Amino acid sequence: MKKRIATVSLAGCFGCHMSLLDIDERLLELLKEVEFDRSPLNDLKRFTRRCDIGLVEGGCCNEENVHTLQEFRRNCDVLIAVGQCAVMGGLPVMRNAIMHSDDPLRECLETAYLNSDKIYNPSNRIPNDAALPLLLDKVYTLADVVKVDYQIPGCPPSGDTLWNTLEALLAGKPVALAYEQLRYD
Amino acid sequence: MSKQFKFEIDGIEIEARHGQSIMQAADDAGVYIPRLCDVEGLEPQGSCRVCVVKQNGRVVSACTQPAIEGSKVENETEEILGYRRDLVRMLYHEGNHLCPICEASGRCELQAMGYRLGITQATKYPYLQPVRPVDASHPDIVLDTNRCILCGRCIRASRDIDKKHVFEYVGRGIHKRVGVNGNKLADTNVELKDRAIDLATCPVGCIIQKGRGFFAPIGERQFDKKPITLGVGPGKGRGKP
Repeated sequence: MKKRIATVSLAGCFGCHMSLLDIDERLLELLKEVEFDRSPLNDLKRFTRRCDIGLVEGGCCNEENVHTLQEFRRNCDVLIAVGQCAVMGGLPVMRNAIMHSDDPLRECLETAYLNSDKIYNPSNRIPNDAALPLLLDKVYTLADVVKVDYQIPGCPPSGDTLWNTLEALLAGKPVALAYEQLRYD
Repeated sequence: MSKQFKFEIDGIEIEARHGQSIMQAADDAGVYIPRLCDVEGLEPQGSCRVCVVKQNGRVVSACTQPAIEGSKVENETEEILGYRRDLVRMLYHEGNHLCPICEASGRCELQAMGYRLGITQATKYPYLQPVRPVDASHPDIVLDTNRCILCGRCIRASRDIDKKHVFEYVGRGIHKRVGVNGNKLADTNVELKDRAIDLATCPVGCIIQKGRGFFAPIGERQFDKKPITLGVGPGKGRGKP
């Protein structure tokens, strides 16, 4: 029976998903062994059934991210943090450590929407629509929220890195990456 | 001429002179012991503990422990590698090491040590995410202490080679940090040509030179192809950035 894979991008840039497409023609080989469940690649928005592997890109910066991540943990046997954002917060985590600020989130939003001469914002308000997910006080890594089984560092991890990891995982072997395939940037 | 003697590192016989540390003898013999706070030309201080080895069964730091005649030193065993992985992980978790945005990425020794030790797995430690200051007051130099690993290489270089005492440790325990001799870096007499500011001194991206950077494209950076080792690392000259 084919293994089922689900993927999602939380507070990420979809760079890791682009990297997954970077395995090029090996995608066909992968599709012989696996079937994609919920993923932006096939636009399925909900889990159709339990999955073997969950690939999560990006950390948690709002409550929707947390709910999605918890859903992934509930529905996936093996949960993999893919990329620096998922592993340690990545670029979004920069807002946690804004120097000399008692309220880094407010300062971040005010700089982005109000106090910069480089922006066009006629309403002069910070977006606050009820449809927008509530931002968290800070950006959390996946391991801060749920148990993570594996992590693949890189910004993004190269196609080869993702392929070698998935291949080893599907074959039930330990992951052995070449020196050039392990990157934190 | 000081007395010569022999000891073993992982079963390889090493020649040493009386008074040499395990690290110095290993460097002379071409055996690499990983390190972060130790660099050729500065006094060893044994603070990062990445050079941890077992000498006759006791855990010691190779950069400060004198070599002993006939002793057996374990360097690359699974146990020692486990210690080193934990130490490097803790350094990563203690500061804000955002490799994707760091100018030093690719020439950073902390990062290179992570690569060498093959650190990929999820760790048991939490990220502390401290809020530390960035000092960009100096016209030529930026100090981003979020990336500091307290190796003290800038402190020793400034004190012993530049004779300026620009940097010094401040505070104790988890509050320990590297401070400057003044309210901010611009108040000190530090200069771009100082050894403390040299690219080979700061192992991470804490001391950054303004107006320069990103010396090599991705794929050609210092640790992109080769793991950190003798000649590619700080032990025997770090080479071009």
